[in-house]
Amino acid sequence: MDINYTPEELAFRDEVRAFLDEKLPKEIASKVKKNQHLGKEDTIRWQKILNEKGWMALHWPKEHGGTGWSPIQKHIFEEECAEYGAPTVLPFGVNMVAPVIIKFGTEEQKKTYLPSILNSDVWWCQGYSEPGAGSDLAGLKTKAVREGDHYVVNGQKTWTTLGQHADWIFCLVRTDPNAKKQEGISFLLIDMQTPGITVRPLITLDGEHEVNEVFFDDVKVPVENLVGEENKGWTCAKYLLTFERTGIAGVGQSKAALKHLKEVAGKVQQNGKPLIEDPLFRNRLADVEMELMALEMTNLRTVAAAQAGGVPGAESSFLKIMGTELRQEITDLFRRAAGPYAQPFLPETFEADYDGEMVGPDFANSVSTKYFNMRKLSIFGGSNEIQKNIIAKMILGL
Amino acid sequence: MDFKLSDEQRMLEETVGRLVRDGYPFDVREKARTSELGYSTEMWQQFAELGLLGVPFSEDFGGFNGGGPELMVVAEGFGRGLVLEPYLATVILSGTLIDFLGSDSQKETLISAIVGGEVRLALAAYEPEGRYDHTHVATTAEKSGDGYVINGSKAVVLHGDSADKLVVIARTAGSTNDRNGLSAFVVDASADGVSRRGYETIDGLHAAEISLNNAPAELLGEEGNAIDALEKSLALGIVALCAEASGAMEVACDHTLNYIKERQQFGVPIGKFQALQHRMVEMRMELEKARSMTILAACSLELSAPVRAKRLAAAKAIIGKSGRKVAEEAIQLHGGMGMMEETAVSHYAKRIVMIDHQLGDLGYHMQQLESLLDLDEDAA
Repeated sequence: MDINYTPEELAFRDEVRAFLDEKLPKEIASKVKKNQHLGKEDTIRWQKILNEKGWMALHWPKEHGGTGWSPIQKHIFEEECAEYGAPTVLPFGVNMVAPVIIKFGTEEQKKTYLPSILNSDVWWCQGYSEPGAGSDLAGLKTKAVREGDHYVVNGQKTWTTLGQHADWIFCLVRTDPNAKKQEGISFLLIDMQTPGITVRPLITLDGEHEVNEVFFDDVKVPVENLVGEENKGWTCAKYLLTFERTGIAGVGQSKAALKHLKEVAGKVQQNGKPLIEDPLFRNRLADVEMELMALEMTNLRTVAAAQAGGVPGAESSFLKIMGTELRQEITDLFRRAAGPYAQPFLPETFEADYDGEMVGPDFANSVSTKYFNMRKLSIFGGSNEIQKNIIAKMILGL
Repeated sequence: MDFKLSDEQRMLEETVGRLVRDGYPFDVREKARTSELGYSTEMWQQFAELGLLGVPFSEDFGGFNGGGPELMVVAEGFGRGLVLEPYLATVILSGTLIDFLGSDSQKETLISAIVGGEVRLALAAYEPEGRYDHTHVATTAEKSGDGYVINGSKAVVLHGDSADKLVVIARTAGSTNDRNGLSAFVVDASADGVSRRGYETIDGLHAAEISLNNAPAELLGEEGNAIDALEKSLALGIVALCAEASGAMEVACDHTLNYIKERQQFGVPIGKFQALQHRMVEMRMELEKARSMTILAACSLELSAPVRAKRLAAAKAIIGKSGRKVAEEAIQLHGGMGMMEETAVSHYAKRIVMIDHQLGDLGYHMQQLESLLDLDEDAA
């Protein structure tokens, strides 16, 4: 038993650090660290840098341009990226639709879609949730009717993250209305430029435009855009949902955030002393610190089990719950650290080119928007309650 | 990075596992618990025969040369069976302190006797006014003839009632809360000047209040210089308690899961109710955290003192926090049955909660952690 990295793993970490030192654009890392807005161009720029290095597709097999890394290497890479303030790679193309295409797609589909995903030339979004199908995803109603060499799609998707920038959407659609819930669903790839598609912004409680509604009105989709067999889309969806998620615990993000929080709390004054010396605040910091240590070790145990050939299944549900609760807790402490200056809402200060005066301490402008935005963590990707249902069923046999 | 046990560690795990499975069913444990001694001397002899009493000691004394992971494996197994015997008191707390501080001849005599199961010891460190602070030592020792005499009081000395010898922490210099000036002594428990009030603890173990009134004592190591060794032994004790708690929490979770699958209400097993399913999942999540922190603690004993202190404080604090949740939920999900002395889970719950009262509780260790919050592990 050895909880430390081996010399080879440490050497790999050095290699990752050297790459990030050299290639991660300073202005992008600065935006990430200051919680400023990242534009589409920032994300694409970083993803293209990753691809040049061959480090874009962590989870793909090598033959398709993946890294072929071990679970521990992936873990090290993700942790270092978070520490350095690298933008999160958008998962929809590279980590969501691509693994499904690799697993279930035709050779033609692999040739068509994978290279442009690898090089971030095509922006993908996810068409899963619907107004009536959230946690009960299989209750989806958007239907696709086969007419000759096309499907005709009608319906509505929602919570479509960054769909406003997307070139393509992968959708779960109902192809057999008479089959049992899960059995009449298919997995379709749809060009967002197709006539009949309308994207409408949804503004979230933090004032952001991150998610959208997507409406389909007699949208004609060529049958060759079907992935896998017709009516077998649920298999693709399940594969995607249980797909290896080494980063789901968000340990790197929490570590970086906690470090920043301590810096901030060391500067903010309360009763003539730094806030970090306030017994109550310090106690909550200590609580986060020890919970983060427990999360990190639990995550490492899962990573090591995967390294040894195990397939992390429902265990990742534990990590999702623990990790998201902790990240939310940290945003709560940031909000408290800002004190009364948690209140001003000045979205213009989130832009990197904002050169006007700030209100209150620099860090305070984004604490409340971040706090409210991060409520999403326990809702998306299978709400934490759904994760508990999964554990109850898969691990506890209840 | 590798979380797998080595072959030797796995063998040790199997040995303890078999012993607990075969030798420690609930009714046998109950018989031992309610006996006057509160545990079984036959079982203690089995520990000796299986080599368990030598785990942390060198091969010279018939030991296993084990470190944190080995003690973790043993204590986790003991936690699964709610083992009553004075392993923590004798082997881990007293034995390792003698091993760290004692002269060759002291070790030759005492460690060999521990390993052979011939002597049981207790560590008399904490005091009535000191709560969990091991530096709060008002008990004094002064030279007398060839040896020393000790005066003072020691509180809730685990297995102090039945120990043959006591390892006593006493002050040879400085004032009550100084880190310096602490010395360790071996005191014969039956000597004149030692009076003990023994009692049972709520979790079925035994302890004693001990008064030392010019009790004759033999110094271990250098006078006034016991603090580092004491803290190393307490660190081993914390690892053992974390592991024992993890083992006990695992069984508490298993019993609870089985119960909610069997117990029928409203015509279905109560485990069909989502309200209970989610609580059960939360119990398991706490168990995973406890396991993780136990591993972290067990693998951190050789690190620099501040890093070790930070990780152990965090581990013991998580055990306190998670243990309480698991214990309370185990009782709650068992309903009225969880309240019964005849139900095994109630004994697990009591032990898990009382572990928080040994070697520092959640509040104490969070304060330790708070004092080390700014420590940069990579730099330390």
